[in-house]
Amino acid sequence: MNGEQARASLASTFGVDIAAGVPLVVTVAPEQWEALARYARDTVGCLFFNFLTAVDWKEQGLEVVARVDNLEENVGLMLKTKLGPGVTSCASLTPVYRGADWMERECFDMFGIHFDHHPDLRRILLEDGWEGHPLLKSYAVDTPHPPYR
Amino acid sequence: MALNDPPVPVIPAPIWRNFKELQEWEELHKTRPEGDKHSPVFESLTEGIHNFPGGFVVTTAADAFLNWARKSSVWPVTFGLACCAIEMMATFCSRFDVERLGMVPWASPRHSDLMIVSGTVTIKMAPMLLRIYDQMPDPKWAVSMGSCANSGGPFRHGYHVVKGVDRVIPVDVYVPGCPPPPESLLNGLLLLQDQIAHFKKTGRKAPPNEKVD
Repeated sequence: MNGEQARASLASTFGVDIAAGVPLVVTVAPEQWEALARYARDTVGCLFFNFLTAVDWKEQGLEVVARVDNLEENVGLMLKTKLGPGVTSCASLTPVYRGADWMERECFDMFGIHFDHHPDLRRILLEDGWEGHPLLKSYAVDTPHPPYR
Repeated sequence: MALNDPPVPVIPAPIWRNFKELQEWEELHKTRPEGDKHSPVFESLTEGIHNFPGGFVVTTAADAFLNWARKSSVWPVTFGLACCAIEMMATFCSRFDVERLGMVPWASPRHSDLMIVSGTVTIKMAPMLLRIYDQMPDPKWAVSMGSCANSGGPFRHGYHVVKGVDRVIPVDVYVPGCPPPPESLLNGLLLLQDQIAHFKKTGRKAPPNEKVD
């Protein structure tokens, strides 16, 4: 499936407007998150899971972003979902992409997003006893961390 | 206490670990009157040697000899943390050649006298750094190399960075730079050798070094 076909089929299946270009930015509701990833893998042919991260939009809440690619057809998809204010749980993509495992752990580490049905959701970079999630906008710069700072 | 009792040197507890701020630590250095004393027996023995006719010649000569030996074989433990480690390796290599100063980069803390902290110390790394420092036998020294180890440097306001390695271990020489070239580190090591030449076993603070203080 090439880029134009992918755009048309994603737009009709999920009922969203998608601008042409690379990557195609697809924004869906959190309930459709896993279905979107499955569609991207099975139908669009995006076998390469590039990355998964999040954006903190302050009072608008968190947004989870993932990039998957079809390297043979040169189709890139930027998958986005806004969790809404105060929501910290999201569907996990690990059933669809095994590479999402550590990315989601990092996302949990830095943003405190709990991915439902993740096989091993714990901190990956910071130590286990760490308080807070440092990439949130509400995490103050120079938060003390005794006895070292 | 009888003179026949064998002298039992009591090694003082490492008090610096209770201090979070460098200023507090320096304040203690200033206010502490006599330094870390050994046991009374040891003290009386030292006094006895000093009061013996010609005894002071023996002790000063021994001190000077021991310090010469110490400063001539400072073995740094290879503890590279970041880009400063590249400059440290360059210093250890043949062009700058610290082996002519008697410094052998050694891969075991148990045989080393010096820790060159070269790079950013993260909060996750700090306990390991402290453990390696604790594994080194006394007397030991530490050189803080580069802005990151001195103060946190460009990453000072990062959430994971220790704001200076002196919050973890006591530091003898700070080498500025980002990263310091091998010449700077070499200068720091020479200053450290100066400091070691004034080292006293009783733990009194070394007299100020004209070149730095």
